[in-house]
Amino acid sequence: MDRRRDPLTGVLAGLPRWLRWALSVAPAVLILVFFAWPVATLMIEATDWGDASRMLTRPGTASIVWFTAWQAVLSTAATIAIGLGPSYLLSRWSFPGRRLLAAAVAVPFLLPTVVVGAAFASLLPDRLDATPAAVICAHVFFNVAVVVRLVGTVWAQLPDDLVGAARTLGATPWQATRMVTLPLLRPAIAAAATITFLFTFTSFGVVQILGGPAHPTIEVEIARRATLLGDISGAAVLSLMQLLLLVIVVAVAGRAHRSTVALPLRRRRRRVAGGGRQRAMLSVAAGATAAFVVVPLAALALGSVRIGGRWTLTAWTTLGNRSIRPGVSLPVDPLASIRASVGFAIAAVAISVLIGTSAALAIAASRSGGRLLDVGVMLPLGTSAVTIGFGMIITFDRAPFDWRASSWLIPVGHALVATPFVVRGLLPVLRSRPTGWLEAAATLGASPVRSWWEIDVRRLGRPLVTAAGLAAAVSLGEFGATTFLSRAGTNTMPLAIAGLLGRAGDVPHAQAAALAVMLMLMTLLIVVSIDLFDSAAPT
Amino acid sequence: MSRTRPISGLAIGLATGFGLALAAAGCADSDSPGTASPKTAPVVLTLLTYSSFPTSDTTLNEALATFTADTQIGVSVIPAGDAGTMASKATLSAGNPEGDVMWGIDNTLLSRVLDANVFDPYESPALPELDPALTALVPGREVTPVDFGDVCVNYDIAWFAARQLDPPDTFADLADPALRDLLVVENPASSSTGLAFMLATIAEFGTGESGTDESGTDESGTGEQDWLDYWDSLVANGVEAVESWDIAYYERFSGSSGGGPRPLVVSYASSPPAEVLFADPPRSDAPTAVVAETCFRQVEFAGVLRGGDHPDEARQLVDFLVSNAFQTEVPLNLFVWPARRDVVLPQVFIDHSEVVADPLTIAPGAIAADRETWVDQWTAVVIR
Repeated sequence: MDRRRDPLTGVLAGLPRWLRWALSVAPAVLILVFFAWPVATLMIEATDWGDASRMLTRPGTASIVWFTAWQAVLSTAATIAIGLGPSYLLSRWSFPGRRLLAAAVAVPFLLPTVVVGAAFASLLPDRLDATPAAVICAHVFFNVAVVVRLVGTVWAQLPDDLVGAARTLGATPWQATRMVTLPLLRPAIAAAATITFLFTFTSFGVVQILGGPAHPTIEVEIARRATLLGDISGAAVLSLMQLLLLVIVVAVAGRAHRSTVALPLRRRRRRVAGGGRQRAMLSVAAGATAAFVVVPLAALALGSVRIGGRWTLTAWTTLGNRSIRPGVSLPVDPLASIRASVGFAIAAVAISVLIGTSAALAIAASRSGGRLLDVGVMLPLGTSAVTIGFGMIITFDRAPFDWRASSWLIPVGHALVATPFVVRGLLPVLRSRPTGWLEAAATLGASPVRSWWEIDVRRLGRPLVTAAGLAAAVSLGEFGATTFLSRAGTNTMPLAIAGLLGRAGDVPHAQAAALAVMLMLMTLLIVVSIDLFDSAAPT
Repeated sequence: MSRTRPISGLAIGLATGFGLALAAAGCADSDSPGTASPKTAPVVLTLLTYSSFPTSDTTLNEALATFTADTQIGVSVIPAGDAGTMASKATLSAGNPEGDVMWGIDNTLLSRVLDANVFDPYESPALPELDPALTALVPGREVTPVDFGDVCVNYDIAWFAARQLDPPDTFADLADPALRDLLVVENPASSSTGLAFMLATIAEFGTGESGTDESGTDESGTGEQDWLDYWDSLVANGVEAVESWDIAYYERFSGSSGGGPRPLVVSYASSPPAEVLFADPPRSDAPTAVVAETCFRQVEFAGVLRGGDHPDEARQLVDFLVSNAFQTEVPLNLFVWPARRDVVLPQVFIDHSEVVADPLTIAPGAIAADRETWVDQWTAVVIR
């Protein structure tokens, strides 16, 4: 009945069983050891299940869940709706500054909300302060990058002639979009919506900064119970509830990821605006995108060179020198934090690319097992960082697993969060394999393994670079998981920024802004490099 | 041409990626500058702290290095998150701790940590040198007080001067319509600063049930007003609640470099000296000052974690943490006051702040028993 799966039952079914198993092993081990085991241990050892009814019947719980859910749905819908514009603009059109704009759009996503949230808040009109509207605006700002990356990548490869054919047959531009383009983009849109939903449903920093005290999400309540109230049991109950809700959503969304139509995906030439009208519209669209993304970032940059209404470079000139006065030093070393963050990011990208690639290939090449892996890979994104962190404390506490204060847990934690991006980035490409390619290869005498390698694996090169970039971004900006792991040595940049913001005084405040600007520039650099590499690849 | 490139490119990419991962993980492991010097010290203790404790390159760490030089006991400082996170982790891992000594459990968190039997009691010989008001908080000697600080309303001196208004002196002033819409506080559900200020109001006004307030200086005069009534009056006077100290201080408070709209904020007694020390350009007068009547005392403790590998060395470290040499470095690095009485305070602390003579406080046991109820009540009055 399901014709879409024909290729699987055909040639891919001929793939040796060991290959599928081998591909699944690494992701499964990562998830089981560093996610499932700690979380299960916490649920079993630290949770009093008599608490479940106390937590679930607490009057506050229902309203927290309700707010969490509706703001996430609205945020996701708004992010997709608004994100499709820049996706189209950046993937289909060529114009000066396109690359920089594409990079800028990606930056908010990877910056810690602790940092950009404040800049964003300062720009909102006062009457929006501490309202759900502010939270939703900020969620759109942060997550548009997900749409641009995941949808844009596919959009850039859609053949022009399909829309052209529709137009020739009399379709209006709107009809062509609705009936040709959108269905083709559906898997990518579903992927972007899933990730955006996960992020907004489990949102912490944005909600704290912009939602104000009146609107906690489940995630905020979990952290507050686990740390300030010491109610770890209550936190674990909420965390499990959050996870169950998300598993349902991811499982349902998983269906929508499957491609409806197979298409030859190939790099297309981006269009250059023809007439003056096109050029004007392009400028307006690009300008609007730029304003939306760049203004909060500019506000942030401004904070590093303005202290108390005065222009100064103090934050930058003192960045390498912690000794503010004789005998007075800041508690964090901004420059060392940059080195630490880069090291962790490289490690996290390597792990997540390896794990994510094998997971995506395994998911695409198998059925029910793949489905399980698909959900499993996504789970860490939906689990409260405090649950994973505390779980690790009581799980990895005895030899030979006494890893509690090991620094390598940090890149592993980052990889847990980054791997879903790699998988989500690769799956749409794998699933949009043109019908008949595998069969053709088989007819020409290629073994199933050979056809799979030549047709599926080889096409991953470019999307993999995109995915790796996203993973690097995720690692650089990761805040939640890192805060809950005890570790020797230097803080990562987001932690250093938070540390500086925890001190009163002009210099720490300005240095926090300067370090945030560094983080922003590094991110820009990564994204621009990826794009350059991408466009240099053979067509 | 392009037939073979992507394959090898991908393979090489994955291979180098994996190599880099190993290399970076290796770097990260070796790149952990602590004060420890394992080559000379047979024992390296792990000192678990809250995350604002510096791990290297400050006078505090230099002091720890002298401990290592004198005793051959290394010390590795490991931040365990903010104080609340650290307390929860200690509770979870009681008996099989992440380290040997913990620094920084405060009186709002103490009771629940002691209930979980996290520490091995130890009476340091230095105890008589410490402030008796602080040591009295732990009669069982499970932990040793190491420092204290006050959470107080801070005001923006210039803002009040420019309007020729008197800054507030009392809790009652904060509810005075003349000072409407001026105060920003932190949510006690999410911020330890906000929690301390909420506790200050409870200590001042009482919960209305016992009828005996800890403070007899209730200037509101009604005598009937309990702490929730007081918060009602603050809400009526336009108090703003935000989620965290840094949002309150940097985004909403006019006296910080952030330049927010409100001239009154719940912060620390050490914030004015910090504003002087970290000012740009340097300044000799503080831009902010403290409303001493509103101060709630936070006391921090250190202790030997039960189940650690080196209990004897850990006790030696606790002794050192309350020694004059270490306590002298505490104010300028942690912005709190030393527990030891014979420490000479830095001039900037003397000039720009004060040790409040009669701060508000609540017994750790009472805080642990009622904090969730109080926070829920506060939320009901202030947020909804």
